[in-house]
This record gives sequence, structure tokens and C-alpha cells, in this order.
Amino acid sequence: MQTKSVVAEDLGGIVGKENVREATAEDTIDGVEPSLVVEPGSVEEIGAVMKLASREGLAVSPRGGGTKAGWGAPPRALDLVLSMARMDEITEHVPGDQIVRTQSGVKFGALQEKLAEANQMLALDPPEKDATVGGVVAANSSGPRRYKYGTVRDLIIGITVVLADGTIAKAGGKVVKNVAGYDLSKLFTGSFGTLGVIADANFRLHPRPEAVRTVAVEVESPQAARDAAQAIVHSQVEATAVELHWGEETKLVSVLLESIPDGIGAKEEAASFLLKSFGKERTLDEEADDLRPPSTDSAGYEVDIKIGAPPAELTSVLDSILNAAERRGATVSMTGHAGSGVTYAGLSGEEDDLVGLVEEVREIRTRSGGSVIVRRAPASFKDKVDVWGPAGDYLGLTRRVKEKFDPGYFMNPGRFIGGI
Amino acid sequence: MDRGRLIETMQEILGPQGVIYEREQLRTYECDGLMNYRVIPELVVLPESAEHVQKIVQTCYDEGIPFVARGSGTGLSGGALPVESGVLIVLSRMRKILEVDLENQRIVVEPGVINIWVSQEVADEGYYYAPDPASQIVSSIGGNLAENSGGVHCLKYGFTTNHVMGAEVVLPDGSIVHIGGGMVPDAPGYELLGAFVGSEGTLGIATKITLRLVRKPEAVRTLLAAFTDTEEAGGAVSGIIGAGIVPAAIEMMDALTIEAVEKQVAPGFPEAGALLIVELDGPEAEVASQFDQVIEVCQENEASEIRVAEDDEERALFWKGRKAAFGAMGSISNDYYVQDGVVPRTELGTVLKRISDLSNDYQLRVANVFHAGDGNLHPLVLYDNDVPGEAEKAEELAGDIVFVCLEHGGSLTGEHGIGQDKKKYMPKMFTTDDMDVMQLLRCAFDPHQICNPGKIFPTPRLCGERPGPFHMHPVQKAGLAENF
Repeated sequence: MQTKSVVAEDLGGIVGKENVREATAEDTIDGVEPSLVVEPGSVEEIGAVMKLASREGLAVSPRGGGTKAGWGAPPRALDLVLSMARMDEITEHVPGDQIVRTQSGVKFGALQEKLAEANQMLALDPPEKDATVGGVVAANSSGPRRYKYGTVRDLIIGITVVLADGTIAKAGGKVVKNVAGYDLSKLFTGSFGTLGVIADANFRLHPRPEAVRTVAVEVESPQAARDAAQAIVHSQVEATAVELHWGEETKLVSVLLESIPDGIGAKEEAASFLLKSFGKERTLDEEADDLRPPSTDSAGYEVDIKIGAPPAELTSVLDSILNAAERRGATVSMTGHAGSGVTYAGLSGEEDDLVGLVEEVREIRTRSGGSVIVRRAPASFKDKVDVWGPAGDYLGLTRRVKEKFDPGYFMNPGRFIGGI
Repeated sequence: MDRGRLIETMQEILGPQGVIYEREQLRTYECDGLMNYRVIPELVVLPESAEHVQKIVQTCYDEGIPFVARGSGTGLSGGALPVESGVLIVLSRMRKILEVDLENQRIVVEPGVINIWVSQEVADEGYYYAPDPASQIVSSIGGNLAENSGGVHCLKYGFTTNHVMGAEVVLPDGSIVHIGGGMVPDAPGYELLGAFVGSEGTLGIATKITLRLVRKPEAVRTLLAAFTDTEEAGGAVSGIIGAGIVPAAIEMMDALTIEAVEKQVAPGFPEAGALLIVELDGPEAEVASQFDQVIEVCQENEASEIRVAEDDEERALFWKGRKAAFGAMGSISNDYYVQDGVVPRTELGTVLKRISDLSNDYQLRVANVFHAGDGNLHPLVLYDNDVPGEAEKAEELAGDIVFVCLEHGGSLTGEHGIGQDKKKYMPKMFTTDDMDVMQLLRCAFDPHQICNPGKIFPTPRLCGERPGPFHMHPVQKAGLAENF
């Protein structure tokens, strides 16, 4: 590798001097500080930057809003942060076709605002407010509405990527129905920047709901929470989200309903009828954002984990975490997409206790085919616990895919499952 | 390994009933639903378990013998076309429904299970399997997975890829992997399942498939609306979508299709230049209100007749007419070529006009039947094989039609796949780099290129090192990281 200043100069030659800077403490990922930050302005510039980076043997980390920079395992190496901040153009929005094409640096909120002008939305509601489109895709971020609309993989219809060697390739297209070629859009979803840079992405859109309401019930036990969620899931209500909130004070199962003005009343009535046998009814505001009561915001906790389990196993999921926490004197607060089998837990307590807690819960879940992923934790915690946990028998295949796309391990080395 | 030894080896794995090697019997399998291409395989094997498939594939891998998987053989792009001197692995004996988990709304099936069986299995409990390709009474779940089959209800419910939650896969090297979480969401790692579904049998063979079950809706309303021409019907489609309604299905048939369908199955469709079938489902109150809105939109677009299905029987009749459309062409033409292309919905009118012009230029009739909601066209090019040169002309016209789709921002195929049939067109939609990068995935799954070789890509790429510079990362060079 040439000296930093020579590399910076070469990068400046590609993207313009003003778009290359020395990294600062703010660019650090899990304690690893990069040398340089580069902001390309076009897919061609990304290609040229990657070509240079791989020639110089630089470890590259693509970055959108940086909201999930703390996710994943600590980088094994980090030289260059590739910021997508200048790739912020919504390329094409065709309301009649219900599709949008966008560069990956577009802020997710800005995209939704633009789509709302045509009364449409990208039916994803990741909790990270300042996330970019590319970040949401790369981290496969999702929110409550996944129960009805699915996750990124279900809504992405096309992608342009740049590989470590600078190759620019696209897959999919701008029509919703399309089976031509391999679906690389899905492959790159959740790939954590380890296969290449996501330069832009195309999505199918949905009409914004005309009427939205939330009904909720206070539950007293994990079993009641599970039963309430199951009652909605197995009904014909067609709920949009079935959420769990398990804070110290408030324990709720809430159901987000979307419909037309003529239909929302009946939906609300049906959902209320189903829920009321599991506890006391609660009224929440209409806005989906209010689905998360402040007491369950886990931002203040030390470790955030994400648990995947079959939805009907919710009782066991909650019990195992609560028991493990109680025995260790740890504090726990949970939210979850109860209809989809996803539970998030925010944990606080002594580090060693939390390490034991996560390992215990992981063992229980893994035994029944589930998973426990550490999402946010101090670097010292990540040294003790594998962020991703054990992969299944597909790890070898996963590694072969990685090695075809990025044989030199330049892209976000070390941050993904199995040391990828 | 010579042929005799190969037959013996397969018989050892499968028993004598599981191997077909007589030439006349092999002929049964020379093509799939696309009959323009025919190849007689070296032999056909009929595994009854994942273990069988694993052993067959292992043998092929060890001996460097290409293989092709086949379900019910209803595919329309030649995806299950055998390879000469290769083994055809027919999965129609793997037809067990292995597990029904209603609590988690999942069902686990073997690949040979017929699509409709899945819905039948859980119908009494109020559930069904949403993807419903027109072939659903014969096509297999394994084949649906390979092709990422669509269906008439995918506008609201999505495609096969949105309903396959997990798969046990025999990889081309004979190893078995489980991809996708199955009952569990968000399995850590790459979205390998999303890449596998729709890979047209080129990445491995699914031996166990976990599907999502959908709760039956409270209400279903279906109507048939007649219009003077496809343009007016198209106006109604835009009106419905523009009103923010997401119908379960919107299907369109043009005059020629209606004529053929009437001759074949006589559903009693009104005479019209174009027909729409619109179906809404969901909670009663929502459906009732939006259904009125759909009727209004159809009236505003000069519908000459609107017929609302009074009961399940009448609804079934509407759908019988629609689903019979391809086969019905036999009643108005000796031969026909089924095309499958996609255009952005807003381009439908323009594209239909261009198809009509092409039909005039070529002096061949084209019937149009399509999933109007998602812009997926199925132009049926009618021709007579007995007229010299007409088959070639029909294929050329069908090709021109997909080029028009591409020009208008669409795709080569919405649900039938690229397979053997359209690989020559792939460079019209994708650059060499695009296809090379797709084939990196292929190389990760199938480094020896023995799994359904020769499909999808016009120029298979070798799976050696990628051209271009390769540098070992400094961390690796310094011995600080483990062996990659």
C-alpha cells in the first residue's frame, strides 16, 4: 500500500479533492479507526474508487447514514470508509407503476416524504430515523409493518452493485414481476457490505393507507402476550403489525390496522373483540410511531439483542430471557414483532452477567432452530460473545459466495457471520 | 464411468424401478412444457428421498456427469430440458407432505408435491397456499420454486419467492444445506434462499421446502367487465390502481382470447373487445366498499357489461375461462407460441398497440391474455406448423414482442423463466458484466457447472479465478487473520 497521502491524492483524482478527507474519531467502527473517508458522486466513481482500493489492498467499509455502524462484529481491518452521502438522488418515481428507483445514499425519511406526495410509500419502517436506503438494504432493517408487507427482500426489485474489483453490475429491473437472471437484489439484502457496494436500488411501492388505527391490550404474562398475538395472526383481520412491548411498567400487545375509512371501524371492532379476552384494552394514538412506548426504548441499555424464533414460541422466548435476566440481576426490556417471530431485548447489568445471559438464551433458541444476534454492544462485550452466533450448515456455502464476489476480503472484513 | 456402470450405480441407489434407460421410455422426458426443444437424456432417475437425491448428485459430481432436475415438466422456457449424456432427476416420486405447522403458518413438503395439494391439505383449517400459477393442478412445488412461479393472485400476495421460507437443498457437490429460516425469520447470513428461488434449477435441488400458509380471507368478490377494446380496459386498470386499491387479481383477455376460451370451455363470457376479471379479497367491510369503487371505475371507462360472481361456482367459472386461455388456443389455431414479457403498467397501452402493429407486419394473429395488474403480458402467437417457415416467423415475432417490452423498461420474463428458450436474449437486458456477476453466484454453488448446464446464460463462464488483480489483504499476509 502506498502512503496515505498518495492514496488520498489518487482518490481525489477520481472523486475530486473536496470529497476525500482524513478519518476522524467519528468514523471509528467498534474502536477501529479508518485512514480516509471518500465520497463518490456516481456509480462510475464508486467503480474507480473500488478498483483503486483493491489495487492498494485497502479494507473498505461502505457507509450510509452510519446509524448501524455499531452492528456486526468489529472489523478485522478498516482503511477506507466509502460514504454514500453524495449518492442522494431519487432517480425515478413512477406512481402509476408503483415503483421507485433511488440511489443508495438517499435518506429513508426523505424518500418516504417524496413518495407521500403521490400518496404512496415504500412499505418498510426501519426504526433508524436517519438511515439511508442502502443502509436499510445492506442491514436488512425492518419494522412493525413487516408482518403485512414483508421485509426488504420482498420489496426490492432491482439493484446496482459495485464489486471489490470495481465491476459494476445490475440485476432485476424496474418492474415488480420479473424472473430474468439471478436475483442479486435479494443476495445483497442483509449482506452487510461484505459482497460489494450497493449503489442504487429499485423498490415496489404501496398506496398509503387512508385510515390507520392501533388497538392494544395490556398483558400480564408471556403466555397472554403469545395468545393475544396468535389470536390476531390466525384471524381474518388482516392486521398490518402485531407488536409486543414488554417494559418494566407497560406490557402490551398492540395491533396496527390499516384500511379505508369505510373499513377501519369493522377491523378495529374485530381486533378489539379478539384481544379483550387477554387483558385490559388500551387506546393508543393512530400513528404507528407511537407503537413503541418510551419505556421500551432500549437505546439506554448496554446490549441489544435480536431473537428469531417461530412466532408461536413467544412464551418460551420471553420466559427464557426473563428467567436468565432475573437469575443474573440484569434488567431487560423487550419489544418485538410478535406476529413475525422477532423479539428485541435491551439488556443492562454487569458485563459478565450479560455475556452469560446472551449465551444461555442463544443456546436455548439455537436448539429449536432459532437465532440470537447481538445488535449493539460495547466492543469489550463483542470480544467475548460472537455477535452472529452459530451459522447453520450453510456457512461453507456462505463463505464460497463471499469468496467469489470478494476474493480478497476487502469489503468490511470480519464484520459478518463466520468471520466473513 | 461408462453407461452400463452408471446404470448399475443408479440401480444400486434406487433399485431397478428407479432407473429408466430404454430409449423409447427416455423419450417421454425429452422436453418439458416448451416442446420446441427436445433432448433425450442418457438416463432418467426417480429418487424417493433426499438421501436418494444426495447419492445421485454425489455420483454425478464424482464422475463429472451433468444433471437436470425436473418436477412435473410443465415449465414453459425449457428449464427442465435434459442434457445429452446427462442424468435427468425426476422428482415426481417425492410427493409427501412432511409437516403441517398451523400455529406458525408453515407447511413442509417434498418437491414433487403438486401446488394445489398444499391448499387442499389445509383448506379445512381455513388456510391456503397463495401462489397459484395457471398450471397449479399439475405443476410441482419444486418446479414452482425453481421458476419463482407467479399466478393470478400475485398482485396482492406476491410470488413463490415471497412464500418459500426455507429449503433443504442438495448442492451440486452432493452436500446438503438448509437455507432460509423455515419457521424462523431472519436467519443470520446471506439471503441464499432468495437467490436460490427462481434460479431455474441451476444452483442445486430442493428436497424439502417450507412454505408459508395464508389465512383465507373473510370475503372474496369477483367481477367480469366487458370493454370495447384493450385500451378502455387498460384505462379501468389504471383507475383501479390509481384509487389506491390493491386487488387480489386483475386479469385481461382480448377478443381473440375470449373467442378461443368460449370455443374450448364455454364459460359464457360476454362478447367484447376486452374483458377484465377483477377480484378483491379481505375483510368484509373493506372489500364491499372497494368493490363498489371498482364497479364505478369500470363504468367510468365505458364498460359495456359488468357481471358480478354471485357465488363460488360462478367465480370458479370466470377463473376456469381465464386459466384455460393458453390451452384454448388449440381451438382457433393449429399451433401457438406462448410469450411471457413484462412492461411497466403505465406502458401497457403503447405496448399493446405495438404488438398489434407487429402482428400486422408478420401477418400472424396474436392473442393477448395477461396479468394486467403487474404488467405481465402473455401474447400468444398463432401459427401453423404445416406452413413452411411459419414456425420460425412466429418465434421471430415473439422475440420482437419481448424486445418491445425491454424498450419500454420491462423484462424478458415475468414468470416462465429464461431457461433454454430466452438465454439468447439475455444480452438485450443485461450487460456482460451483469451476467458475469450473476454467474459468480453460480460458481459458488456449482463450481463444475454440472447442475442444469447451458440454461439462463448465453455464454457460461468458467469458475476459475476472476480476471483482474488479486491482492492478499495485508492482515492476512501478516498472518494476523485466520486462513480465509
